[in-house]
Amino acid sequence: MLKIADKIFTSRLFTGTGKFSNSSLMREALLQSGSELVTVALKRVDVQNEQDDILLHLSHLQFNLLPNTSGVRNAKEAIFAAELAREALETNWLKLEIHPDPKYLLPDPIETLKAAEKLVKLGFIVLPYIHADPVLCKRLEEIGTAAVMPLGSPIGSNKGLKTIDFLEIIIEQSKIPVVIDAGIGSPSDAAKAMELGADAVLVNTAIAVSENPVQMAIAFKMAVEAGRMAFEAKLAKSKNFAEASSPLTAFLD
Amino acid sequence: MTFRDIFESYNWDETKASIYIKTKTDVEEALHKSKRNLEDFKALISPAAADYLEPMAQLSRQLTLKRFGNTIQMYIPMYLSNECQNICTYCGFSFDNKLPRRTLTDEEILQETEHIKNLGYQHILLVTGEANQTVGVDYFKNALKLMTPHFSHVAMEVQPLDTDEYKDLVTLGLNTVLVYQETYHKEDYKKHHPKGKKSNFDYRIETPDRLGKTGVHKIGLGTLIGLEDWRTDSFFTALHLNYLEKKYWQTKYSVSFPRLRPHAGGLRPKVDISDKELVQLICAYRIFDEEIELSISTRESEKFRNNIIKLGITSMSAGSKTNPGGYVVEPQSLEQFEIDDARSTKEISEMIKQQGYEPVWKDWDASLVSTH
Repeated sequence: MLKIADKIFTSRLFTGTGKFSNSSLMREALLQSGSELVTVALKRVDVQNEQDDILLHLSHLQFNLLPNTSGVRNAKEAIFAAELAREALETNWLKLEIHPDPKYLLPDPIETLKAAEKLVKLGFIVLPYIHADPVLCKRLEEIGTAAVMPLGSPIGSNKGLKTIDFLEIIIEQSKIPVVIDAGIGSPSDAAKAMELGADAVLVNTAIAVSENPVQMAIAFKMAVEAGRMAFEAKLAKSKNFAEASSPLTAFLD
Repeated sequence: MTFRDIFESYNWDETKASIYIKTKTDVEEALHKSKRNLEDFKALISPAAADYLEPMAQLSRQLTLKRFGNTIQMYIPMYLSNECQNICTYCGFSFDNKLPRRTLTDEEILQETEHIKNLGYQHILLVTGEANQTVGVDYFKNALKLMTPHFSHVAMEVQPLDTDEYKDLVTLGLNTVLVYQETYHKEDYKKHHPKGKKSNFDYRIETPDRLGKTGVHKIGLGTLIGLEDWRTDSFFTALHLNYLEKKYWQTKYSVSFPRLRPHAGGLRPKVDISDKELVQLICAYRIFDEEIELSISTRESEKFRNNIIKLGITSMSAGSKTNPGGYVVEPQSLEQFEIDDARSTKEISEMIKQQGYEPVWKDWDASLVSTH
């Protein structure tokens, strides 16, 4: 069972709420995905409006909201947005994302570390979106983030686990949950991430933009479960070298 | 260094020729790459690419979906003033056009605001002519103070300003500035802007640089299609964009492609662009720059707008009025240009939904900017 902060998750598939063609379809796809943690951009919701379309469609016992700070460019802006999200959405969970580069939306490691440190002290459950940088992950772990969310490839790129070699190091070294976020383009990418030992994956574009988001959501659900099951069952190691019929070390026996 | 230094190393006629000699092979190469450069953009806007319109549209759609999903950002213009000291051959507000001039008062701005808010808009575009005495920086500061509490995203399309002036406005909550070069053909630019501050081509071409220095959230570029060869003008827009994206890398960019529209005392376009060619241009921008926001206004026809949604456009206005007070204060005043698609916001919103897209009303929050 996956535990982040004080919350237990039966589903290891976290989801996003952007890019869907309408909110009812979003709700249906997310329900079918089994996802229990859904991230929502503060900039997309109207917190003054009790009838906000996105929030109304996310009000369901299955969903825990994970507000994100998409749009901020530095630590100062992130902290301000976080406080606003906590007050408006009544949760201290936060997906911290600081991407000053609006083109590729790549995360700023320096500002993220600064903001995370402050936010942890302010009582937030911080899940930072970062590059697949093993040292940064350890630094975030030390300051008390609840998990780390390294990227597989740039947001929305559907390119899969381009950072796989670094993700493996992160998973090996981490004492806090590792959620692979961004770039997961297909269920097989998600399964692969889970086989590596990731604690969870976060998927948005690949579900929202598919021709049948509900069916794709179910496919991801199954892939994440299969990948996790394979990880727990311990994959047979692929062999790097043949077993020689006349071993060179046989004389030692 | 500014963009002007780069721009001045180019020659219009040579650049134009380099676009027109692009071949089908160049187009195919551009389509098959995973990252495209400015030479590929030339191929995509060249006459040779006309035969590849369908594959270009397919690719453009696929790339747009990946980045922007099934969504269309909604915005609406609010004209604050039609006072203008410039003579522009193509514009209804030109100084030499005899028409009643009007600048909205505080109360009128709030009346228009209320109407627009009730339609559901959160993203607004403020538009004026250029009359620095009456509609200068102080007027803009006041307008922003009045309006930022009511909208989550405020854009402006007004005369070019100095860096410090932009800084003040950004501090007051201005998110985006649109500044179109109209044409990058320097001699023709002079002909179309014979009088007023706007006749200074160099000051205008350096405006995005002045804006970039302020850290403004978004800058909009474009040329007025019809003044000069659209392919060459579009290349220079792409060159400008490419320069800005590298230099002011924390700023977002958008591109629009306004076609000359009829208006009182209007100019006939020197160069026509067909619907097919405009689609080619839109797809070319998308394939060249997967992350750029592409915007289409009510200048275009109903049929064109209905069909362009799936081809790469990411934001759209609806029910626009191009006269100050046009929504409620004084609906009958003279407009800057005749819009074509006159459907209401509700009708456009329904049309977007029918196409399988979600009209997005809010995609920004004033609280996200620390200067605020």
